[in-house]
Amino acid sequence: MVNYLLRRVVNFLIMVALASTLGYVLASLAFDPSANYQGANPPIPQSTINAKLDNLGVNPAKPLLRRYLNWAGDVLSGDFGLSVGEQRVNEELSRRIWVSLRLLVLGSIIGSLAGVALGVVSAVRQYGLTDRAASVLSFSLLSTPVFLLAILLKFGAIELNNRIGTTFFFTIGEYSADFSGNGWELLLNRLQHLILPTLSIALGGIAFYSRYQRNAMLDVLGSDFLRTARAKGLSRRQSLFRHGLRVAILPMATFFAYSFGLLVTGAPFTETIFGWNGMGSWFITAVQSNDINSVSAVIVFSSVLVLLSGLIADIAVAILDPRVRLR
Amino acid sequence: MTVVQTEVGEQTSERLTRSALIRLRFFRNRLAVAGVVILAMMFLLAFVGPFFSKHRWDELDFLALLQPPSQEHWFGTSQIGGDVFALTIRGLQKSLIIGLLVAVFSTGLAAIAGGFAGYLGGKVDRSVMWLIDALLVLPSFLIIAVMSPLYRGRTWLVFVVLLAAFGWMVTARIVRSATMSLRERDFVRAAQYMGVPVRKIVFRHLLPNVASILIIDATLNVGATILSETGLSYLGFGVQPPDVSLGSLIAEGTASALTYPWLFMFAGSALILTVLAVSFIGDGLRDAFDPGSNKSKKKSKAS
Repeated sequence: MVNYLLRRVVNFLIMVALASTLGYVLASLAFDPSANYQGANPPIPQSTINAKLDNLGVNPAKPLLRRYLNWAGDVLSGDFGLSVGEQRVNEELSRRIWVSLRLLVLGSIIGSLAGVALGVVSAVRQYGLTDRAASVLSFSLLSTPVFLLAILLKFGAIELNNRIGTTFFFTIGEYSADFSGNGWELLLNRLQHLILPTLSIALGGIAFYSRYQRNAMLDVLGSDFLRTARAKGLSRRQSLFRHGLRVAILPMATFFAYSFGLLVTGAPFTETIFGWNGMGSWFITAVQSNDINSVSAVIVFSSVLVLLSGLIADIAVAILDPRVRLR
Repeated sequence: MTVVQTEVGEQTSERLTRSALIRLRFFRNRLAVAGVVILAMMFLLAFVGPFFSKHRWDELDFLALLQPPSQEHWFGTSQIGGDVFALTIRGLQKSLIIGLLVAVFSTGLAAIAGGFAGYLGGKVDRSVMWLIDALLVLPSFLIIAVMSPLYRGRTWLVFVVLLAAFGWMVTARIVRSATMSLRERDFVRAAQYMGVPVRKIVFRHLLPNVASILIIDATLNVGATILSETGLSYLGFGVQPPDVSLGSLIAEGTASALTYPWLFMFAGSALILTVLAVSFIGDGLRDAFDPGSNKSKKKSKAS
C-alpha cells in the first residue's frame, strides 16, 4: 500500500514537470512578447524593448533551452518571474489562487455529492418521475456549454432581482467593494456573490455524476450479493446503503479525477462572466497580452490541480476497495 | 430515459442481418430519431438556408441597426447592421463543419493509436499510454488557447488540426482495451500464422471489429468538439473574425443581450439543440449496437 502510494507520488511529480515544460515551451513558441511594445507612439527604441524582454526573461534572441532552464530553475526555488506589467507573478498568484480554489473546490464537492445523490435516487426509482426529470435535466445540461449556462444564470438572476426589487443575487465580483460589515453580514454578502458562479460549475457536475451514478447503481441493483443481503434479513434501505452504494460509488472516484479537468476548463468562462479575479480570467488576459510567465504559472497550477485530484481519487479507491487495499 | 424496446422476436432476428437489426433497434428509439430529425434540420438550415436568406452574412445594412426581428431581417440585426439570421446560419455552418471534421480526424487518430498499441503491446503500448496520460494532464482547452496566436490570421483548418490533435486520447484508450481482448482470438492468430503484416492485421481484422465503438465515439466526439470549439471561439481563441462561429456570435450578443435578446438567443438555442441532437443519436447508437446494457437494466427493475 505504502509502496503503491509512493509510486503514485513519484509519477505525480514527473507529470507536473512534464506538463509545465509543455506549457512553457508552447507559450514561448506561440507568443510574441515584443508585440506589446510595438505600435506605441512615440515608438519605443529596439534597445529598450530588448532590455525589457531580457528583464522578463522572455527575449526570443536567447535560445529557448536557456530561457526554459532559467525559468525552471526559478520555479523550483519558488519564483514564477515577472508578468508583462513587470509585477511579480507570485503576488498575483497568491491573490488569485484562493478565488479559483474556492470556486472549484465548492463547485466540485457540491456537484459530486448532489450528482451522486440524484443518480442513486434515479436508479432506485427507475422510470419514476424523479428519474425522468433528472434525465431530461442532465441531458440538457450536458449539451449546454459552461459559458452559455453561466450567461443564462446571470440573466435569470438579473431578471429575478428586478422582479423582487432588491439585489439578492450579485452577478459581478467576489464581494461588494463598498461593503462595510462583519460577521454574518459579511458571510451573507460573500454567499450572495458565490452562489451563481458556484452553481454554474456545480450544475455540470451534477448532470455528469448523476448519469454515471445511475448506471453504476443499476448494475449493482440486479446483483446477487444484494439479493443475498436482503435474504439474510437486511431491510431494503440497509442493503442499498451498506452494500449497494459502497460498490456503486467506487467508479465515481475515477470519474472525479477525470471531471476535475473539465471543471478547470470551466473556470475561465465562469470567472470572466461573473467578473471574478481568479486564475481562469488571469489565464485569458495573459494569453491576450502574450504573457509567457503568467500563462506558465496558470498551467503549473492547473496541472497540479488535475493531478492532485487523480491522486486523491487513487487514495480514495485504495481506502474504499479492499481488493486494492490489501495489495 | 432511453426507452428502447430491444425485444426483437427470436424468429425475426434470425432472418435479419446484423446491420438491419441495428437499424431496427435504432429507429425504434424515439429520442434517437428525434435527434436525427433535429440534426438534419440543422444541416438543412446551415447549408440550404443561405439560398433563401435575404441577406449575406458579411453584408451590413446601415439603415437597420439593432432592429428586432422583422419581415426584412428574420432574426433582427446587430449593432453594426449585420443580419442575425444570416450570421447565425453562417456560424452554425462553421460549428457543424468543424465538429464533423474534428470528430472524423480524432476518431481516426484514436483508432490507429489505440489499435496498434493494443495489438502490439510491449514498448509501443507503453509509450502510447504514456503519451495519452501526459496529454490528459493539461486540459486541451488550455493547450489550444495557448497555441491560438499561431493560427490568428490563418485558415481555420489549423484550428481543426489542433482540436483533433488534442481530442483523441479518451477514445484511443477504449479502442486499445477492445483490441487487447481481440488480439488472442483465433481469426487474428490465423492471420498471423499466414504471415499477414501487422499493418494489415490492424486495419483489416482488428479495427473493423471495433467499428461499433468507433461509430459511437465519433458521434459523441462531434458534440464534444462543438462544445469546445464554441467555448474557444467565445473567448476569441477559436474561429477568427471576420468569420463567425456560434461561440463568437454568442460572445458578441451577450454584451447587450438583456435589452436586445435576439442578438444571442438564436445562436444559443441552435447550439444547445445541435449538441442535444448529437448526444441523442450517440446514445441511440450505443443502445442499438449494445442492447445488453439495456437488458440488464430491465432485469434489475424486475428484481
